[in-house]
Amino acid sequence: MLAPERRPPFLVSGGVIQRVLLIWIKGGALATSDIARSSGSGADLRNIGWFITLAVGAFFTLSLSGLSHDDAFRAHMGLITAALAVGAFVVLRTTGKPVVAVDTAGYFDEPIRWGAILTMFWGIVGMLVGVCIALQLSFPDLNFGPWFNFGRLRPLHTSGVVFAFGGTALITTSFWVVQRTSRARLINDNLARFVFWGYQLFIFMAATGYLLGITESREYAEPEWYTDIWLTIVWVAYLVLFLGTIVKRKEPHIYVANWFYLAFIVTIALLHVVNNLSVPVSLLSAKSYSLFSGVQDALTQWWYGHNAVGFFLTAGFLGMMYYFMPKQANRPIYSYRLSIIHFWALIFLYIWAGPHHLHYTALPDWAQTLGMVFSIMLWMPSWGGMINGLMTLRGAWDKMRTDPIIRMMVIAVAFYGMSTFEGPVMSIRSVNALSHYTNWTIGHVHSGALGWVGMISFGAIYFLVPRLWNRERLYSMRMINWHFWLATVGIVIYAAVMWVAGITQGLMWREYDQQGFLVYSFAEVVAAMHPYYVARAFGGFLYLLGALVMAYNIWMTIAGKVRSERPIAGAVQLQPAE
Amino acid sequence: MDLLAKHGVIERNASLLLVLSLVVVCIGGIVEVAPLFYFQNTIEKVAGMRPYTPLELAGRDIYVREGCYLCHSQMIRPFRDETERFGHYSLAAESMYDHPFQWGSERTGPDLARVGDRYSSAWQVDHLMAPRSVVPESVMPSYAFLASTDLNYSEIAAHLKANAIVGVPYSDEMIKDAQIDLVAQTNPDGDASGLLARYPKARVEDFDGDAKRITEMDALVAYLQMLGTLVDFSTYDEKANER
Repeated sequence: MLAPERRPPFLVSGGVIQRVLLIWIKGGALATSDIARSSGSGADLRNIGWFITLAVGAFFTLSLSGLSHDDAFRAHMGLITAALAVGAFVVLRTTGKPVVAVDTAGYFDEPIRWGAILTMFWGIVGMLVGVCIALQLSFPDLNFGPWFNFGRLRPLHTSGVVFAFGGTALITTSFWVVQRTSRARLINDNLARFVFWGYQLFIFMAATGYLLGITESREYAEPEWYTDIWLTIVWVAYLVLFLGTIVKRKEPHIYVANWFYLAFIVTIALLHVVNNLSVPVSLLSAKSYSLFSGVQDALTQWWYGHNAVGFFLTAGFLGMMYYFMPKQANRPIYSYRLSIIHFWALIFLYIWAGPHHLHYTALPDWAQTLGMVFSIMLWMPSWGGMINGLMTLRGAWDKMRTDPIIRMMVIAVAFYGMSTFEGPVMSIRSVNALSHYTNWTIGHVHSGALGWVGMISFGAIYFLVPRLWNRERLYSMRMINWHFWLATVGIVIYAAVMWVAGITQGLMWREYDQQGFLVYSFAEVVAAMHPYYVARAFGGFLYLLGALVMAYNIWMTIAGKVRSERPIAGAVQLQPAE
Repeated sequence: MDLLAKHGVIERNASLLLVLSLVVVCIGGIVEVAPLFYFQNTIEKVAGMRPYTPLELAGRDIYVREGCYLCHSQMIRPFRDETERFGHYSLAAESMYDHPFQWGSERTGPDLARVGDRYSSAWQVDHLMAPRSVVPESVMPSYAFLASTDLNYSEIAAHLKANAIVGVPYSDEMIKDAQIDLVAQTNPDGDASGLLARYPKARVEDFDGDAKRITEMDALVAYLQMLGTLVDFSTYDEKANER
């Protein structure tokens, strides 16, 4: 920092310009020398490097917006500029304030605290959009084009719950788990911040892009080429951060949860890069054309799509299960050997299952058969995980009655077992002939997503929040009970309704009369779906309501409030936080 | 169970765990996906396939942009009810110029693989403007805004060029004349001989019924009207193409 007498004259007088310029100078010095030394003491100048990065980023995207002739690209870059500018402003506001005391455990928990909050936020956004599009299918006049038509909101819902809610939950919990099980701090605070906030920027870019109609039309991989490149950068940083933290661990063994997190991170990198290979129209255009076409493109996409389920929504969340379930139950994992076998079997077999999304299509039969066979085999390692999770409670089943968080985790694993049984059944070609293209698939996905992914994440967040904010306990245990029942009833309604709807749909399409004519026109089948669509929206609404109860509970816990309530019968009272 | 005891080696070495995981997940992809790119019989031999005209390509981009694929499949399976309802089952060859493919995964609405020439363009426009005015049971959103939005085709040649890079056989001439061809396809009173020479069987029409301007509705309807109409099934040999 320059001494006052050595400052250029225009900096001596006060004002905004001076402050900004000073920040640039300080930041420049920091960027070249001190940026890696993150946890300094005294006045907080750490953020200046971030301010500069964000400001330069905003300037860059603003320039792209100005140079482009593609309206969608211009608008999108404008929005990204706004997001980066807001980020820069927030960073600027915190610069110069005294450093908040670093947590005593020596672990880096700042992004985990943000992560717990943002997981809740994205969960509610994603589910709310889900309820909205469910209502659009029931009452089509609720479409408000072009930005809020079903076709643009649906990717917002799927990416919102999978990547925003699920992804933030995974990054958040993986940061916690890898530090605790390795007894090591994340290798670099700024890298951790970059991964966390870089991923949030990815979510923002993807979500706003969908509303503007910027899409590659690859399900669960819709973002366009530049958003994909950004995610690739963030993801590689995530891999470096996670692996680096494991490498400097103080435990001799890498804990099983970390195997799953690591497999999830590395496989998603592979899937993401290959599936999104495309050629942009120009560097100033939002549009790109995928490298592959037709049948090859279809198999690449579903190789990706099914393993987004297999590695994002399964392996990652199994990592979550392998840490939080034994911790909450206070018991060791049931079987170490089972975890080894089911880990390697799961990651080996999952990759093959993609073609079951393409049964009876123009994909060659040999690939379909291969996909089906491996999908059925996949049942075994999936249930290996379920058994290992459930049997961890051996001798502690009474906690099911007394601990609503354990109950939430148990129902998650139970739903995992159910949907990984249903999946192989649906992958059988003759079953798929009926189920494909129908609402049965939607029901199946949601029993996995709401039941498994949602519930295990809720359990993990309930576990984390009192520990992250050093609270004695959650604001209310009884509200977890409410959340549990709202969510469970919601899922059961949703899955049952969609199951009946899907089979009805499939059977109506193929029904012939005695003269050999098709009985129903397509439009009649659409009309028959109406009551199911309404009931589904209600089921989804209950699930959303449960999440809102949770958000309130979490909010009050962070605020330091404790609800005076009757304790749950038989529960051990007020265990102190870690 | 000795083998499992040796697992400790992997558990103590992060790099080994990473490399082994990567190897294990690569096997399935290599064995299953890679052969599709070099097996000769993956794509059937058919007559009639051609790249999309510039207007159809612009329409296809709108189809993608609006997320039509989320409710409409473009893949007819070889079942009696599907072929009676939607037409001949889909061939791999019919999507060989599709970057990306649009097979879809849901049928909230009907399959569109062969919707071309099934309805008049006026019907298609009416349906897109107000779906329930022609199909009362429909749950489709209105796409009236397409009719009031001018098609931005200043960069259409660049779009063709990007397709050419990924393997669609657009010639230099097709790329050069892309704008001319696009305009020609919307003008039934003009000279479309160049367009028709380059893109056989292209449908020349004022698709949206508004002769004064070229709208996004023109492009989308042009795309819908060509879907599934290219392959000449009278010359298609089903037995020879069995896979």
